[in-house]
Amino acid sequence: MAIIERPSTVPALVGGDLPQFVTPASAYGVFRRPVTTTGWRSWLFTVDHKRLGLMYGAAAMFFFLVGGIEALLIRTQLAAPDNTVLSASLYNQMFTMHATTMIFLFVMPMAAGWANYFVPLQIGARDVAFPRLNAFGFWCFLFGGIFLNTSWFLGGAADGGWFMYQPNANALFSPTHGVDFWSLGLQITGIASLTGALNLIVTILNMRAPGMSLMKMPIFTWMILVVQFLLVFAIPVITVALFLLMFQRNFGAQFFNVDAGADPLLWQHLFWIFGHPEVYILVLPSFGIVSEVLPVFSRKPLFGYKFVVFSGAAIGFVGWGVWAHHMFASGLGPVSVAVFSVSTMLIAIPTGVKIVNWTLTMWGGKLRFTTAMMFAIGLIVEFTIGGLSGVTHSVSPSDTQQTDTYYIVAHFHYVLFGGAVFGIFAGFYYWWPKMFGKMLNETLGKWNFWLMVIGMNLTFGPMHILGLQGQPRRMVVYPAKLTGEGFFNLRFWNTVASVGSYTLAIGIFLFLVNVWHTTRKGAKAPLDPWDARSLEWLTDSPPKVHNFDVIPHVHALDEYFHLKYEEVDTDAGPRLVKVRTAEELHAEQEANADKHIHMPSPSYWPMVLAIALPIMAYGIIYSRVLTVIGGAILLMSMFAWSLEPSVADESDYDPPAQGGEPTKELVSV
Amino acid sequence: MSEATLTETPAAEDHGGHMVTSTGLSNNKLAMWLFLGSECLLFGGLISTYMLYRGRHTGTPGPAQLWDIPLTSVSSFVLLMSSLTMVLAVSAAKQRDDRLTCLWLSVTALLGSTFVGAQVYEFTSFYHEGVGFTTSLFSSSFFTLTGFHGIHVTVGIIMLMSLVGIVSRSKVPGDKAEVVELIGLYWHFVDIVWIVIFTLVYLIPA
Repeated sequence: MAIIERPSTVPALVGGDLPQFVTPASAYGVFRRPVTTTGWRSWLFTVDHKRLGLMYGAAAMFFFLVGGIEALLIRTQLAAPDNTVLSASLYNQMFTMHATTMIFLFVMPMAAGWANYFVPLQIGARDVAFPRLNAFGFWCFLFGGIFLNTSWFLGGAADGGWFMYQPNANALFSPTHGVDFWSLGLQITGIASLTGALNLIVTILNMRAPGMSLMKMPIFTWMILVVQFLLVFAIPVITVALFLLMFQRNFGAQFFNVDAGADPLLWQHLFWIFGHPEVYILVLPSFGIVSEVLPVFSRKPLFGYKFVVFSGAAIGFVGWGVWAHHMFASGLGPVSVAVFSVSTMLIAIPTGVKIVNWTLTMWGGKLRFTTAMMFAIGLIVEFTIGGLSGVTHSVSPSDTQQTDTYYIVAHFHYVLFGGAVFGIFAGFYYWWPKMFGKMLNETLGKWNFWLMVIGMNLTFGPMHILGLQGQPRRMVVYPAKLTGEGFFNLRFWNTVASVGSYTLAIGIFLFLVNVWHTTRKGAKAPLDPWDARSLEWLTDSPPKVHNFDVIPHVHALDEYFHLKYEEVDTDAGPRLVKVRTAEELHAEQEANADKHIHMPSPSYWPMVLAIALPIMAYGIIYSRVLTVIGGAILLMSMFAWSLEPSVADESDYDPPAQGGEPTKELVSV
Repeated sequence: MSEATLTETPAAEDHGGHMVTSTGLSNNKLAMWLFLGSECLLFGGLISTYMLYRGRHTGTPGPAQLWDIPLTSVSSFVLLMSSLTMVLAVSAAKQRDDRLTCLWLSVTALLGSTFVGAQVYEFTSFYHEGVGFTTSLFSSSFFTLTGFHGIHVTVGIIMLMSLVGIVSRSKVPGDKAEVVELIGLYWHFVDIVWIVIFTLVYLIPA
């Protein structure tokens, strides 16, 4: 039995040449700390990585539905020629916000959610390195996302496409405040990504359980590490671009004023130097998830673990040298185009390595076709299709024909929906029992999977044809007389794509039904339902607040598997035999539980600091007074944060500890 | 198993309060280095923008007419000297000399303020010569780049002064010498960025 106790009032230290720790008096805080462990306050002010992970996931799924509704409206508008569901202006806002929402408010935070929840569990840590910074990142994302979406009600959303090309997004061509909301909102979610990345890198590098060298880390954690490095270096570039855009639109700067001699390519370069690594930021976490799922359901170790790690890192490096393939049609000149063509072909190699590794992981394995496994296999197939059309883009003469057609739309939906989203869903089915202690229904899961696969191929498959026939991207309406005839007529394939999008929507609706059904009467999950391989399965489902009763000592890659299985000599040669059950391992943990576990205390300041940012942003658009107020809140909460110790003072508890007793039980678990 | 502690700083301690991390580096220091790595690309983007636009100021004064190299050289020298005093502050903090730490931190802040003061003077005089933020591509990118740097210095000054306040009252949460060192890292970074800006913007003719 482990006991989580109140922090000791006696500083853990002292004298000699040890560093000095001084606990500031709680008199510095105006309020008592929110130390409660139940009720809504415990969620609002939490710094627990698991709760924050769930909050990331829930908020991201909400934005997924918002982005999905936007997509359905787009497809409804395009279902038939001369349609009038959306006006041209509303249509522009719809596709801009669909992409912005799906990228910045769904896939990125969803990956942050998975990382938050599972990285500490996988590396055998009790929390992340900077718990309050973690909470701050979540609130920045949420407030940034809400801020961005309030533009719908304040004169119209951004309408320049998710890449917001200049000078098209200047005040002259986009006079509403939509683009201002976009630039400021993404600035705020950018802060979320940057702080999240710093936190996760430090967590992964510094807080691994004893014995877990880098090459014994679970592959999901590895991919998350690569992604966080991409974020650390990509986010500041988009930050510069967004600042230039804001100064241009709100403060009269000249950066994108072509009359004054501005170069529109400046924006494109800045945007895509961020934008291409961003593609890998979106897809690598899902690669990590399927690299966990495939070995478990193939009952084999991941084929070529080191190859998968290094190809992931290689993608991370080469991903910086391919951005101009988004700009082949902008007249960069033959040398640049040739260089970026070749580098783009090059990056297909590490990606191909991964696909081969996954396939060989399954080869000869005892496959179990659970829903999680099916989503993982779905990813391999659909992502490969998207990858192949990607290779056709690297051939610049061919790309020049395809630029700004539906062929591009088909390509990136195959890689992002078939890649990123399928991985996320594989994660749902694989990790749901870990997070909630209940198994998602497999029958509903199969329906969910097949409807999504059929739906996505019906939606995005025909877009290859539409694009090669010349249908431009971002086209609001097509006249009936220009749809053409025969097999390749635009009308037919547009209708098919729209029907596909509704199928997809039903598939996702079934997932929500499954969640509702599981929450109400799902079967209780066993400790180790999938016979899994990594450390997160060592603890309870859902995990205890301190994750592990005892911090495990790691001896091997797939440590948990090796705890359960040992090689035993039998008549038929050496065999892996199950020597311990999950229950036995769990009981062993509980029996040897650490007696004194101190967890970081909740705090108001991450949320207060984060809420200052949208206030300042509204101020930049509407009134400088608001900016000053927001700035004051920002400064005040920064000071409050820095002066607050990471564990709460005795006097914050209710009732205060009696008679200076230094350690008082908070919870027994 | 015995005591295991997890708090924000340090990440974990053994019995004596020693930090135990997988790399041996403290969490705070690692995070600060990563943050500064990220800042390199922020300034990289701003410097690139300036280099692209520095010659585009048709009909309005450009770098050749505006720069006052002697003044900027002096203020650059002052800023670089503040790195020296910062080193002295870090050294004093390591020796647990609070009084000397506060002294050198204050001197660093004062030198930093002199630099920012010179920058404000420079901006004002450019404005009087008819070059404002919105005048030309050159002026927009110049004020953005140097303004961002100036704000970084200002934030550094605020941190230094806050640090003086809490060190003198012994209210530093965590390891005092490390907090001083972290702010020192930031301060040196901002100085190094200025060396690059001074060279590229002022010394190399457009």
